[in-house]
Amino acid sequence: MSTAHSDHDHPAHLAHHFETSAQQMESGKLGMWVFLATEILMFGGLFCAYAVYRANNPDVFLFAHRALDTTWGAINTAVLLASSFTMAWGVRAAQLGQKKLLIGLLIATLFGGAGFMLIKTVEYKAKWDHALFVGPSNAYYHDNGTLADPGEAAHSSEYIEKHGDTDGGHGGHGDDHGAGHGDAHAAGHGDSHAGDHGGDHGAQADAPAPAASKIAAPAAPPTGLHADLLTHKRPVLGAGESLSTGIGAIQASHKGSHYPAFTELDPLNTNRTHIFFQIYFAMTGLHGLHVLIGLGLISWICYRAGGPMTRALLVPGLFVSVGIYFVFVWWLVSANSGWFPTTALVAAVLCLIAGALWGAKNVALTKPNPDADSEFSPGYYTPVDCVGLYWHLVDLIWIFLFPLLYLIH
Amino acid sequence: MSVIPTNPSPPSAPGTDVVKAKKGLYGDEDNYITHGKGILSWLLTIDHKRIGLMYMVCVLAAFFIGGIFAIALRTELIWPGQTLMPWAEANTNWKLYNQLFSVHGAVMVFMFIIPAIPAILGNFALPIMLGAKDVAFPRLNLLSWYCYVGGSLFFLWILTGGVVGTLFGLENMPWYFPKGIDTGWTFYTPYSTDTNTGVILATMGVFVLGFASILTGVNFIATIHMLRPRNMGWDRLPLMLWSLYATSVIQILATPVLAITMLLLLAERVLGIGVFDPAKGGDPVLYQHFFWFYSHPAVYIMILPAMGVISEVISVFSRKHIFGYSFIAASSLAIALFGFIVWGHHMFTSGQSPLLNSVFSLLTMSVAVPSAVKVFNWLATMYNGKIRLDTPMIYALGFIWLFTIGGLTGLPLAALSTDIHYHDTYFVVAHFHYVMVGSTLFGFLAGMYYWWPKMTGKMYNEKAGQIWAWMVFAGFNLTFFIQFIAGSLGAPRRYADYDPRFWKYHFISTLGSYVLMIGLFGVLYNWVSSWRSGKKAPANPWGANTLEWHTPSPPPHANFEDGHEPEGVPPYDYDGWDYVSEEEGYVRKEGYVYQGH
Ligand code: HEM
Ligand SMILES: [Cu+2]
Repeated sequence: MSTAHSDHDHPAHLAHHFETSAQQMESGKLGMWVFLATEILMFGGLFCAYAVYRANNPDVFLFAHRALDTTWGAINTAVLLASSFTMAWGVRAAQLGQKKLLIGLLIATLFGGAGFMLIKTVEYKAKWDHALFVGPSNAYYHDNGTLADPGEAAHSSEYIEKHGDTDGGHGGHGDDHGAGHGDAHAAGHGDSHAGDHGGDHGAQADAPAPAASKIAAPAAPPTGLHADLLTHKRPVLGAGESLSTGIGAIQASHKGSHYPAFTELDPLNTNRTHIFFQIYFAMTGLHGLHVLIGLGLISWICYRAGGPMTRALLVPGLFVSVGIYFVFVWWLVSANSGWFPTTALVAAVLCLIAGALWGAKNVALTKPNPDADSEFSPGYYTPVDCVGLYWHLVDLIWIFLFPLLYLIH
Repeated sequence: MSVIPTNPSPPSAPGTDVVKAKKGLYGDEDNYITHGKGILSWLLTIDHKRIGLMYMVCVLAAFFIGGIFAIALRTELIWPGQTLMPWAEANTNWKLYNQLFSVHGAVMVFMFIIPAIPAILGNFALPIMLGAKDVAFPRLNLLSWYCYVGGSLFFLWILTGGVVGTLFGLENMPWYFPKGIDTGWTFYTPYSTDTNTGVILATMGVFVLGFASILTGVNFIATIHMLRPRNMGWDRLPLMLWSLYATSVIQILATPVLAITMLLLLAERVLGIGVFDPAKGGDPVLYQHFFWFYSHPAVYIMILPAMGVISEVISVFSRKHIFGYSFIAASSLAIALFGFIVWGHHMFTSGQSPLLNSVFSLLTMSVAVPSAVKVFNWLATMYNGKIRLDTPMIYALGFIWLFTIGGLTGLPLAALSTDIHYHDTYFVVAHFHYVMVGSTLFGFLAGMYYWWPKMTGKMYNEKAGQIWAWMVFAGFNLTFFIQFIAGSLGAPRRYADYDPRFWKYHFISTLGSYVLMIGLFGVLYNWVSSWRSGKKAPANPWGANTLEWHTPSPPPHANFEDGHEPEGVPPYDYDGWDYVSEEEGYVRKEGYVYQGH
C-alpha cells in the first residue's frame, strides 16, 4: 500500500484508491471487525458442540474437567489479560507517536503470549503423561462401545479424582467434598465387584480384573458398555435415579460430592468421557493456534515499528526464543523415552545457534539509518490497531474457554 | 501501481498475455487489459478488474470440469444397468457413479456456483459501480484468488486420483492420493469418517476455498461502506450492490461455521477424535446441523447475487425505473437473515424432534415471502415497459420463470408430510437444479452478457447469443422438469441403477442434458469469438445509468478517465441518455439534470 504518487499529495502510507488517511483507517478497522466476526463464528461452532455435549452429558463434564489444572489455567488467564493490557497501551503509544514505548510494549505483549504458550505446554504435557491426550491417546477412547484399555482408564480416573481434589482452584471446598468423594469411591468399588463385574466385562478376558471392575457403573443396570446403548438418546437411568439434571439432582446422585467419580457415570456417559477431552483439545488447540498467529502478527508490527536495531535483532530474537522454548520442552519431557526429547533438544540447539549467528551478523552490519525508522506515526497506525483488536479477540475467547472448561460445577 | 499515463503507451512487448490481449485486439488503446504486459502483470495484479477476469478463467474451468461429470452421470443413467463401463463389474460402475456425483456436486457448489457471480462479476463491477478506484483491500482480493486456486488444487488432486484409480482398477489408495471422493458434496458422517476416499483432502480444499469466500465478503462489505462516492447514499446504491452486500453478510456469518465443521471432520479423520462418530460416542446429527447451518445460507450466497443481476437487467431492458427499489433492497437483507434460521429443513428425516421439525417447516415457508416480493417487483417493473429482448434480458426472463418453479417446489419440500415422501428423491434434485442452475446459472449468464461489453470492450454476436440462450433454456427444462415427475413417482436420488419403469424419465433427462451442454458450449463460443473478433463496444450499449456505464469499455486502469470524479447518480434513471446510432450505443445528454421520477 505504500505506493508513491506523483499527482496527489498522498502520504506514502495512503493507498491509491483512498482519498484520505481517515478513510483508509476506517476501512481497515471495519474490515478487521468483520473478520473478527468470522473468527467468533468459527469458535461459535466449537462452543456449540461443547454446549450440546455438556447438555447431554453433564456428568461427564463434571467428572472429566477435574483433570484440568485450574491453577495454571487461572495464571494463564492473568498472563493473557496482562498481555492484552500491554497491547492496548501499545496502540495508545502508537497513536501518540511514542515510538520507544510502543516497541517496549509490543515486546512485553510478545512475552505474555509466549508465557501463555509455555504454560499451555506444561498443561498439555500433564495430559499426555496421564493418557488424557487427544484422539486415541486418551485412556477413555473407545470404538464400538468398549474402552480400548480399561486398565489405563482406571489409572487416569484415579489421577483425575485425586488431582481434582488437590488442585488449588477448588481449594475452597476441597476438604469437604474430598471426604465425600472417598466414600463414593469405596462404595463404588465394592458394589461393582459384588454385582456387575462378571456380567459386564467377562468378554475382556485379558483386562486386569480390578481395573475392569472400576468401569462398571454401580447404579447402572447390568449391561455395561455395549454398542446397543449408543443408540439410546438418553442416559440409561438406574433404579431410584431421576431424569432431572439440575445440580441438586446431580449432587444427590453423587453421594453428596459435587463431582461424580468415573465409576458413577452411567454407560452412555462412560462412552462419551473421551469426547470431553477431544473438545478440550479442539478448543484450546485452535485457540493456541490463534495465539501463535497473534505472536507472528505482533512480531511483524514490532518489526515495522522499530528502528534499524530493532529490525536487526527481531527475527534472530524470535529464533532464540523458539530455541529457549524447545529447551524448556526438552526439560519437561527429558524423563520420557522415545524420539521426542532428542528431537526437542536438537531443535533447540539449532534454533539457538541460528538465532545467535544471525543476530551477530545483523548487529555487525547494521548502521544507524534514519530513513529506516518506524513506519507508524500518529497519522498512520492502522496495522497496530488491527493487530491489537485481533489480540483482544484471542484474549476474549480464552476468557470464555477458561470457565467453560476448567470451572465446571 | 503508478498513475495512468495520459498518453496511451504503445504496446511493445510481444503478445505474452494470458487472456487474449494479443497485440491487435485493442490496437494502441490503453485500458486495464493492455495496461501492463506479461503473465506476472496478471498474477501479481491488485487491480480488481483483472482479478475478476482471472477468477473468470478459473471458475469457468471449474464449471467445465463439473459439467463433464454431470454428462457422465446422466450418461450412466441413460439406460438401466451399467452403461459407462459395460465391460467392468457392476460394482465398479456403481462405485464410479458415487465418485461422479460427489465430485460433480462438490466442484459445482464450492468452485463454480458460490464464486461465480460475486467473484467474477462482483469483483469486476462492484468498485466501478461505486465510482471507486478499487476494492477496499486490493491485496486481500488477490489473496482470495490464490486461496481459490489453492483450494481448487485439492479437488484436482482428488480428481486425478479418481481417474488413475478407476483406469487401473485400484482400490485402497493412500490418503494423500485417494481414489476420488464418494461421500456426496455433503460429506455426511459417519460415512465420511469411514470411507477410504479423499475426505481429508476435500475438507482441506473446502476450508481453503472458504477463505477465498470470506475474504471476498470482507472486502465487499468494507468497500460498500467506505468507498461510496459523493451523492451516493444507501438509497442510491444499485440493487446489484445491495444483493452483493447481503451475500457478503452471509459469507461472513456462515462460512466460518463451515470452516470449523471441516476442521472437526479433519480432526476426526486424522486424529480420530470421534465428535461426529456414533461408534466413538459422537453425534452424527450434530454434523448435519453444522453442515446445514452453513449450507442452507450458502444457497442464498448462490441465489442473491443472481437476483441482483436480474434487478439491474430487468430494469435496464424495460427502460423503466425499477419498481419497489426499497422492497427489493430490504428483501435481500431479509433473505440473508431468514436464511440462517431454516437449516433444519434438510433434516426432517434425521430423527430430530417433531417440535423442531414443525418450527423449521414454518420458518422455511416464510423465506418464500421475500423471494416472492422480488418476483412481483420485477414483474411490476416490466409492466408497461419498453422491453428489449437482448440476450441478457432473455436470460433474465428465463430466471424469473425458473426461479418461480424452483421456489414453489421448495414449498412441498418444506411441508413436513410431503417431504417425507419427496426427501432423497429426484424431486429434490429437480428443485435444487431449478434454483441453482435455472436461477443462479441463468443470472450468471445474464450478468456475463450484460457486462461482457464492459469487461472485454467487445460486442458479442446478438443473434447467436439469443439462439444459444433459447437452447440453454430448452435443454435445461428438458433435463430437469421431468425429474419432478420421476421424483413424485418415487425415483430415489444418488443411485447408479434404477427400476426400469423410470427409464423414460431418465432417458429424456439425459437427452436434455446433451442439449443443455451443446447450448452452453455455444455460449462459450459466442464469448470467445466476440473477444477475438467482435465489434468494439460503446461505453454504454444498453443505456443503463449505473456508474460503470459512465466510463469507456473496457475501463482504463484507474476505472475512470483522468479528471472524471464520479458522483452518485439515481441508478435507474434512464432519461439522461440518448441513443446515437453512429456509436451504436447511448450517449449522455449534454447538461442533463435529474428531475425525480
Ligand atoms: C424459495 C424457497 C425455498 C424453499 C422453501 C426451499 C426448500 C427446500 C427444502 C425443504 C429442501 C430439503 C429437501 C429434502 O432434502 O428433503 C431443499 C433442498 C435444497 N435446496 Fe431449497 N428451497 C428454497 C430455495 C432454494 C434456493 C434458492 C436454492 C439454491 C440456490 C436451494 C437449494 C437447495 C439445495 C441445493 C437442496 C438440496 C441439498 C441436498 O440435499 O443435496 N433452495 N430446499
Ligand atoms: Cu435449505
